[in-house]
Amino acid sequence: MPSILTVDDSASMRQLVGFTLKSAGYDVVEAADGQEALSVARTRGVQLVLTDVNMPNMDGISLTRELRALPTYKFTPILLLTTESAPEKKLQGKAAGATGWLVKPFNPEQLLATVKKVLG
Amino acid sequence: MSIDLSMFHRTFFEESGEGLSLMESGLLGLRDGAEDADTVNAVFRAAHSIKGGAGTFGFTAIAQLTHSMETLLDEVRSQARRADGELVDLLLFGVDALGSLLRSAERGEAPDMTEVDPIRQALEAMVQQGGSRPPLPAEPVPAAPAAARIVVDIAPHPELFASGNDPYRLLRELEALGRCDTEVFTDRLPGFHEMDPEVAYLRWRVVVHTGASERDVADVFEWVTDQCDVQITATPATPVAGPAAAEPAAIAKPVRAAAGTDHGQAGSIRVKTEKIDALINLVGELVITQSMLGELGQHFDMTRLEALREGLAQLERNTRELQENVIGIRMVPVGLAFSRFPRMVHDVSRQLKKDVQLTLSGEQTELDKTVIERIGDPLVHLVRNALDHGIESPEVRSAQGKPAQGRVALNAFHRGGEIFIEVSDDGNGLDKARIRRKAEARGLVAAGEPVADERLYDLIFEPGFSTADTVSDLSGRGVGMDVVRSNIKELGGTVGVRTRPGLGTTFTIRLPLTLAILDGQLLRIAGQTFVAPLVSMVETVRVNPAMVGRVAGQAELYRLRDEYLPVLRPQRLFGLPGREAPLHESLLMVVEADGRRAGMLVDELTAQQQVVIKSLETNFRPVPGLSGATILGDGTVALILDVAGVMGLGLDRGEPPVAAAA
Repeated sequence: MPSILTVDDSASMRQLVGFTLKSAGYDVVEAADGQEALSVARTRGVQLVLTDVNMPNMDGISLTRELRALPTYKFTPILLLTTESAPEKKLQGKAAGATGWLVKPFNPEQLLATVKKVLG
Repeated sequence: MSIDLSMFHRTFFEESGEGLSLMESGLLGLRDGAEDADTVNAVFRAAHSIKGGAGTFGFTAIAQLTHSMETLLDEVRSQARRADGELVDLLLFGVDALGSLLRSAERGEAPDMTEVDPIRQALEAMVQQGGSRPPLPAEPVPAAPAAARIVVDIAPHPELFASGNDPYRLLRELEALGRCDTEVFTDRLPGFHEMDPEVAYLRWRVVVHTGASERDVADVFEWVTDQCDVQITATPATPVAGPAAAEPAAIAKPVRAAAGTDHGQAGSIRVKTEKIDALINLVGELVITQSMLGELGQHFDMTRLEALREGLAQLERNTRELQENVIGIRMVPVGLAFSRFPRMVHDVSRQLKKDVQLTLSGEQTELDKTVIERIGDPLVHLVRNALDHGIESPEVRSAQGKPAQGRVALNAFHRGGEIFIEVSDDGNGLDKARIRRKAEARGLVAAGEPVADERLYDLIFEPGFSTADTVSDLSGRGVGMDVVRSNIKELGGTVGVRTRPGLGTTFTIRLPLTLAILDGQLLRIAGQTFVAPLVSMVETVRVNPAMVGRVAGQAELYRLRDEYLPVLRPQRLFGLPGREAPLHESLLMVVEADGRRAGMLVDELTAQQQVVIKSLETNFRPVPGLSGATILGDGTVALILDVAGVMGLGLDRGEPPVAAAA
């Protein structure tokens, strides 16, 4: 099964995303902010990155930019978890190289549908 | 797949609680005028996370309330709004309201909106009036008539792949909507040698035969609108009864917590990963030692005695380290207990029309979790007292030549196996004359009787002893310093006070590192084994009978170098049977507690070891002079001396053979 890196500073969101994806059989790696995610991504490959936008140390948009600069992550799908109230974040994310987004709040079914859409 | 979201609630409540304290302290920081970007960002992020979680887990009221707060904070963050006092105060009210919503959600109760609604409305009004853009209304989606045939022309921009998107995914999704007739155009494809594999060259025309709406088709391209030219042409064939209208927007269904699930006070603790890793390492070492000893035991002869000794020493080391680390898990930074004070000082000093600055230090000092939880109330009482009675009004302070702004400080530090917490203020100090009057009125001190200052000040911890002229709204109220002292005593600690008239007062709380384990000195009195806490022992000397004397036929004193120490005879105090050992065969153990010293006569000192404290109160009943019991290596029970209590028995109540508790 493909492995997915999920990045969120909120432990409950990480648990929700991680549990949902694991239940669907994906391999899940978790990180609490962009910085941590970047070092995880450097040491192992993943097939999809799901990242929150607002995080301490390194936000999701900078993370996207940094990942795109790594040769192994040039084409890896990166999805931002954004909120409805921040439409401009989607554009900023796209400009940084994000593949798409998932709008919070979402439920496990929506999360899986989106992941499936990207990973096939 | 159906996932029960309630399993994540506990974590959500915990992190939201942390988020709330972060917001509170951040907002108070803003109040002090420091509008720095990091603080604003951190507060915004906390609100944002709570909102996101609340929305996801179906706590609608919380999500609504945080939404306005988040919007306001975002405007401060993007400098579209100033964080003035009015805004910060309103946000602080918001934090309070959030706290109450979270608590009722945690208990699974319906939230009480009577207090929350006005705050939410005020926040929303603030959002409306400010230099802010109105919240984007959800775009009304005209329910497009469902079409039988939709033609989609797709021309990706060359850089489509750079965002991790893929035309193949788009085609796959279109196919999910219905049967597709797909045509590919290769007109943009260059010659083989000029081809760049990272560029998108192909174009498509897809005819989708679907019951889905045009909008559903457009949604497929939602992520690539800027990287793909897409034309969607619907040919509404025969009118279709359209159940396929836009599906409801992404709104998480509120999930009710399973009835009877108790989200209440289940004691849980957050432990740093390093602490757990260290434990796993130690257990690993323990396993190695165990297998080494096991192997040794199977083929043991006297030539391997040295190896056995080494193995046992290693086992002891492992056990001790493991024990320290396990205790360490219960240790949390005292900052958790301090965190409520910035807000409290802010609110209370405003109420009292005083200007007070609070400084916190030593927040990283670690203390047992139970102690942290139970030290909160005594600290609140001491800080309120400092604000209420200690710090003077700005006018009085200025008149006395002091800075108009008063200072209250909370300081924690670790010294000699104990934790100290100091609450100090630079206020007026305790009023000696008034305490004296009160003490005489209550018969605690005879009129004219000379009393040392320390003892006089110590009287404020007596039950019902309040010196404030008027019982204020804040402190007072009958709950006095005696409660503070007894609360701290329950934690195995002590509290003392130092004061300098006109300059301020410092309360010092001493607490044991942990409640469960004690570094003890085993000793024997009248044939029984007792344990004395090592921290209260100063030294032990062989008794020289010539140095024992009596003062005015009252207390026995021992002259040790230049000091006269009151002599305590535990055998008499506890009424132990048997002949007392002659003085020249006894030892005098010098002990210290509550700032007093005494010499305790014991027969013999044996081993020093750590003992696990078992409560006498819960297993038997409280006994003056004893703080608990423990079970020794050989299975016998030994009683643990409460040094302060023994001093109380021996020194404060004259000549007392006390047999048992009242």
